[in-house]
Amino acid sequence: MSLLEARNIRKSFGGLQALSEVSLAIDSGEIYGLIGPNGAGKTTLFNVFTGLYKPDAGSVLFNGADVTGRKPNLIAAAGVARTFQNIRLFANMTAVENVMVGRHLRARAGALGAILRDRTTMLEETAIRRRAHELLEYVGVLRHAHALAKNLAYGDQRRLEIARALATDPKLLALDEPAAGMNATETASLRRLLEQIRSDKVTILLIEHDVKLVMGLCNRVAVLDYGKKIAEGAPALVQRDPAVIEAYLGGALP
Amino acid sequence: MRADWQRLLYWFRRDARGRWIGLALIVVALAVLPFVLEASVGRTWVRIIDLALLYAMLALGLNIVVGFAGLLDLGYIAFYAVGAYAYALLASPHFGVHLPWWVLLPVGAVLAAFFGVVLGAPTLRLRGDYLAIVTLGFGEIIRIFLNNLNAPINITNGPQGVNLIDTIAIDGVSFAKTNTLLGIPFPGTHLHYYLFLLIAVLVMFVCMRLEDSRIGRAWVAIREDEIAAQAMGINTRNIKLLAFAMGATFGGVAGGLFSSLQGFVSPESFAVWESITVLCMVVLGGMGHVAGVVLGALLLATLPELLRHTAAPLQQQLLGKVILDPESLRMLLFGLALILVMLLRPAGLWPSPTRRRELTSTRVSGTV
Repeated sequence: MSLLEARNIRKSFGGLQALSEVSLAIDSGEIYGLIGPNGAGKTTLFNVFTGLYKPDAGSVLFNGADVTGRKPNLIAAAGVARTFQNIRLFANMTAVENVMVGRHLRARAGALGAILRDRTTMLEETAIRRRAHELLEYVGVLRHAHALAKNLAYGDQRRLEIARALATDPKLLALDEPAAGMNATETASLRRLLEQIRSDKVTILLIEHDVKLVMGLCNRVAVLDYGKKIAEGAPALVQRDPAVIEAYLGGALP
Repeated sequence: MRADWQRLLYWFRRDARGRWIGLALIVVALAVLPFVLEASVGRTWVRIIDLALLYAMLALGLNIVVGFAGLLDLGYIAFYAVGAYAYALLASPHFGVHLPWWVLLPVGAVLAAFFGVVLGAPTLRLRGDYLAIVTLGFGEIIRIFLNNLNAPINITNGPQGVNLIDTIAIDGVSFAKTNTLLGIPFPGTHLHYYLFLLIAVLVMFVCMRLEDSRIGRAWVAIREDEIAAQAMGINTRNIKLLAFAMGATFGGVAGGLFSSLQGFVSPESFAVWESITVLCMVVLGGMGHVAGVVLGALLLATLPELLRHTAAPLQQQLLGKVILDPESLRMLLFGLALILVMLLRPAGLWPSPTRRRELTSTRVSGTV
């Protein structure tokens, strides 16, 4: 059974049809790439999956349950975590605090526990802190644990965002252009991180422009163009698909 | 000389014994403060400190909403009004009901929290300026209600306010008159002072614990980026309402205490200006920093009084007549002080370490 399944998603903004009848299915344990030219609707589809947008029609099934149009926090609770194309860290919190916020979902202490600091709350707080440090180490920004998020280097901010998303214990990690603005070395090390995450049994949905990264990393790829899915399959096959070539390079001369 | 001081300070802060002695010194100083004030500058000043402590509670409550959760609330004084009227109506001859204070303070707190949620709920989707305008309106609605609820059924007694409110009495010791305990005469203002101080410290304690908790982090996350916070699984609606409710609770408690101290409440005490003053205390002291906010409240509550008591006599002495009346001078200096603080210390007089970094730093080295 696929982990996430989208059926005939439609979404328009005013007169612009951003997504028309997009269907796709992501299997457990794979890295699923979503590519397409700028404005093809990749991020829109992403936002539909993560609850930021409500689709006009169609449904999203996650782990067998219909999550169409649910609020982002509920979708996160169901097990989808995301990063953002334009990094959205909590800029004035430290790196470790950012990741601790990610643990919010999997912790229970309320206001009363916070005030009384009973045993349960303190144990939970210690666990949150320990897990946050583990995740920082996992993505490789532990040495900046107590720096404000906004003061981290760009590549580290991207990694921190991944750590924060992983803190929610996701089944599906949705990454919106994680390699944007990275140089070749940084991209290579990001690739190792994503492979590590996949081998740790977290499914990844990846929007990316870096074709080399997508082709080398993804198990399967879907191509969007003008809000329609024009191809899907193994990267090597998709790469040779005439529709894809036309979408990226333009058609043959008449 | 300076080195000695520094060594002493360090000893107070770091050494376990030093800490206890430091704490004991502070407690003694706070305990004798009303007597020292009365002997040196008169009982009026004890009363001013009482009010300053109430403002400290208000500022701490508003700090949860504005400082932690980043929701600009310009109608905060409404919750003070709710607490004050809850106490006034249920402990005065107005309805002939005389409930004890230890019932009324929690009632005021719960009622204020309820209003916090009711007024907060419609504003959940608003941010920044829009939120400020709506909360400003809500604050005024409460005041206008209090002003007009004297007809057809007289509930609040309208603009005349409620008079002859019961003063707090603990175990038969009424705060309305001077009581002799252990051979020392304690006037009512002094007893109020001790109670207010205790509650203010309690509120501070609660705020500090909330700040460093799962809930506190969720508030800050919402302040920093609401969409990201929600994507991380935070139920932004509930967490925001919790901020409104917690903030309002402290306002409600302070309101009840205000009723007991004054013995009289009227809608006039809860005008927009009061909301703005409390917000100024929060911003001036250091938004989001508990100690800073208390400092801001104490300063802004006492300095104008200081001015009121010194400006006129000083002018009389120096110039032979009063040129600037103290009230307008107060406003002038108040405004000037705010502008100066915003220019020179944009994060407030005593900002939290993080806030200071956020408003001043360009780039700090990563590791600690």
